[in-house]
Amino acid sequence: MATTADHFQAHGDTHEGHADHDHKPAFFQRWFMSTNHKDIGTLYLIFAIFAGLVGGGISGIMRAELAHPGIQVLPGVNALLGVSSATMDQNLHLWNVLITAHGLIMVFFMVMPAMIGGFGNWFVPLMIGAPDMAFPRMNNISFWLTVAGFCSLMISPFVPGGTGNGAGIGWTAYAPLSTTGSQGPAVDFAIFSLHLAGAGSIMGAINFITTIFNMRAPGMTLHKMPLFVWSVLVTAFLLLLALPVLAAAITMLLTDRNFGTTFFDPAGGGDPVLFQHLFWFFGHPEVYIMILPGFGIISQIISTFSKKPVFGYLGMAYAMVAIGVVGFVVWAHHMYTTGLSEDVKMYFTTATMVIAVPTGIKIFSWIATMWGGSLSFRSPMVWAIGFIFLFTVGGVTGVVLANGGIDDNLQDTYYVVGHFHYVLSLGAVTALFAGFYYWFPKMSGRWHSEALSYVHFTLFFIGANMTFFPMHFLGMQGMPRRIPDYAPAFEYWNHWASIGYMFLLASVAVFLVNIIYAFTMGKKAEGNYWGEGATTLEWTLSSPPPFHQFETLPVISDHDHH
Amino acid sequence: MRNSSLLIRAMCQSARQKVPAAARIFAGGAGLIGLPQLAAAQTAVMESGPAKYAADHFPVAPGGYTPMKPTAGVGMPVDGGIGFQAQYSPNGEYALWMHNSFLLPTIIAVSILVLALLIWVVVRFNARANPVASKTTHNTLLEVLWTGIPVLILVVIFIPSMKLLAKQYAALPASALTIKATGNQWYWTYSYPDNGGFEVTSNILKPEEADARGEPRQLAADFRMVVPVGEPIRLQTTGADVIHSFAVPSLWFKLDAVPGKVNEKLLFISKPGVYYGQCSELCGARHGYMPIVVEALDRPHYNAWVMTHSAAKVDGTPAEAAAATPAAADGAASSSSAHGA
Repeated sequence: MATTADHFQAHGDTHEGHADHDHKPAFFQRWFMSTNHKDIGTLYLIFAIFAGLVGGGISGIMRAELAHPGIQVLPGVNALLGVSSATMDQNLHLWNVLITAHGLIMVFFMVMPAMIGGFGNWFVPLMIGAPDMAFPRMNNISFWLTVAGFCSLMISPFVPGGTGNGAGIGWTAYAPLSTTGSQGPAVDFAIFSLHLAGAGSIMGAINFITTIFNMRAPGMTLHKMPLFVWSVLVTAFLLLLALPVLAAAITMLLTDRNFGTTFFDPAGGGDPVLFQHLFWFFGHPEVYIMILPGFGIISQIISTFSKKPVFGYLGMAYAMVAIGVVGFVVWAHHMYTTGLSEDVKMYFTTATMVIAVPTGIKIFSWIATMWGGSLSFRSPMVWAIGFIFLFTVGGVTGVVLANGGIDDNLQDTYYVVGHFHYVLSLGAVTALFAGFYYWFPKMSGRWHSEALSYVHFTLFFIGANMTFFPMHFLGMQGMPRRIPDYAPAFEYWNHWASIGYMFLLASVAVFLVNIIYAFTMGKKAEGNYWGEGATTLEWTLSSPPPFHQFETLPVISDHDHH
Repeated sequence: MRNSSLLIRAMCQSARQKVPAAARIFAGGAGLIGLPQLAAAQTAVMESGPAKYAADHFPVAPGGYTPMKPTAGVGMPVDGGIGFQAQYSPNGEYALWMHNSFLLPTIIAVSILVLALLIWVVVRFNARANPVASKTTHNTLLEVLWTGIPVLILVVIFIPSMKLLAKQYAALPASALTIKATGNQWYWTYSYPDNGGFEVTSNILKPEEADARGEPRQLAADFRMVVPVGEPIRLQTTGADVIHSFAVPSLWFKLDAVPGKVNEKLLFISKPGVYYGQCSELCGARHGYMPIVVEALDRPHYNAWVMTHSAAKVDGTPAEAAAATPAAADGAASSSSAHGA
């Protein structure tokens, strides 16, 4: 969408009173007591990259173990963690700890901080013409609570948690495995970690909703906001409504574990399946929380590099709203094998299939945006086009899984693992890298190497497909999830998946080299370095923007179509 | 025993559904949608159920019980396999058909369509081929089509989906054999309340032991859940400690084993054979080490296996007849000590 960028003069570009207006605080105050949305966004992105390296490293250990039948790697990892000559049960427990940590880290400490904390904080105020978020200090609290949550999670693997150290309960933390089935403080540290990070996210959601509703520049109606802002708005509502339910569910785990309650203990009249309902009532909106900002990023990028506004703006905005709303009433498709009644299973099958419609609208609208455009294939566009195809593949396997009767043979198998890694790694993470290459010069003032970005994309594309596509085969052949060793008949595709990981590892190395290149040798970046297709307000500012921007609000004129 | 099976049935009342009238129509129309004839006949048996036991229900095959050898590729995964395991139950065959002939082609077509459109767009509208971007941002017809056509596709998928669910929830006849599978950390126990109440404990075999028996590693167990072939079975699951899940991919069966709850579902195996599965809900350290082995035998051989256990009886036999039959000889033990914890 086009905004009246031309009439507005960014204050940071002029030199009058520049020294007063752009004075940055001293280092500790600036980075540890920040009230600046851009700096907090930067902190979130650095944190997310670090957490992503930890979570990705864990998955490397997992793929190394799964490359061949037998237990090869776990004893060595246990030794590294300080448990020399671990028993077989301790090694097997470590597997469960690794998969749990991988899931929790990637969901709560990589994707969410990067999407919402990182890009949301950086670009929502800029895109709506606001000087900062509505609650700048609470913004900082959100960040540091997330860091505290991560620290709590990092303590967990080093204290007892069952048949060994650490929480081996899966990121889904089902009771009774997570209550009576895990003795020791490890699970409590994991629960506490989610309390902290969840509180940070709820506060962030409050911040975004207030900012977007109240601080849009004059003339920017809701129907003129960039789609990225819409995506963050819908995401914020999902966070606000879903996270408290997670908080309740994990608090009930905590009291069952430590204070004698029996919410999930049948011996005291409780029901383990209740936990699943509570968890997935949060858990399903959570997956939309992870992808919706990615949809927003893709919309911005496709529009910029097609030199065309997004096709069907209202359809796109309200498709996201529809996905958010319907996403709240489909949770039990994660529970199809728990013993639901026939009517319940039929309802959830039907409701889940419905979500394919708004999602399809978005895919076709992105293609229609490119149709008739003048496409340039800079690296963000390559990542974005890759996203459209790969997210479609992940989405259609979701339609298969949506089917309750079919899911009976796929639940808890590698087909599910393949599905969600396609929509997450090949969806959300692809969108994150697309956004990174789109906005990195804006944030840092330095150019990365486009050549290295293309190499990064190529290695990532090959690696992710090689790792995750065979998982559909493994799942259909019956390989269960969350097992460290498998029948010999599963070896062929597991071996390919582990080779695929090597490509992913190489791609991450290229990414890191690219960042180092940018900060050591990258050319300076202009205000609008993408040209005529980049029409949102952040492109009217310098790169990086001044410490404080839009102290005089821009005026959005009427002649803009949405 | 009638009493115990009535008791169990009472306990499971809430879990059982009546067969919707629609399902009967669907069952009648089963032949029209391409089900194999054998499955259609068996479906009819499943749904109507014999009022009394058939004459061939009670004979006991001579010679006791010898575990059947598995057949390569049957009831087990195949190295390099890219599809579902071959199916050996009517619902499994229907589900497989629905996926392979319906769902999979649809999702492949959608993916190829999106890929083709992307390739076309990249070729036709790149900056060199199309230097001036158009300003089109709306086309109501297009938006209606790409909303409406997916809706239609979903409606078409909806019909066999509901049908499959109805089949899976079809009411069991009163005479169906009840078997209860209990998930423990980290082994399964199979109870046979209708056959005298004995229990079978099933632990994973070590790799060398599996090799010695010619069974797949990680899937083979010392004692199997033996069941009669070609009959509806009321399979119940529960958990003893944490949630487990009873799953057999070649029978399209999966049902969580939840502590404090007894889930039940129809299991119907079309062909004698050995069918492997694994626990399918994370349950602790040895979650990957508690396989499920189902062996389906014809009635006389199933009865023979039953009678190798103590205090056993053929289901449908009154209690006094059980007391009159000889006690189990040495041979397959009914329950070995659990080496789970």
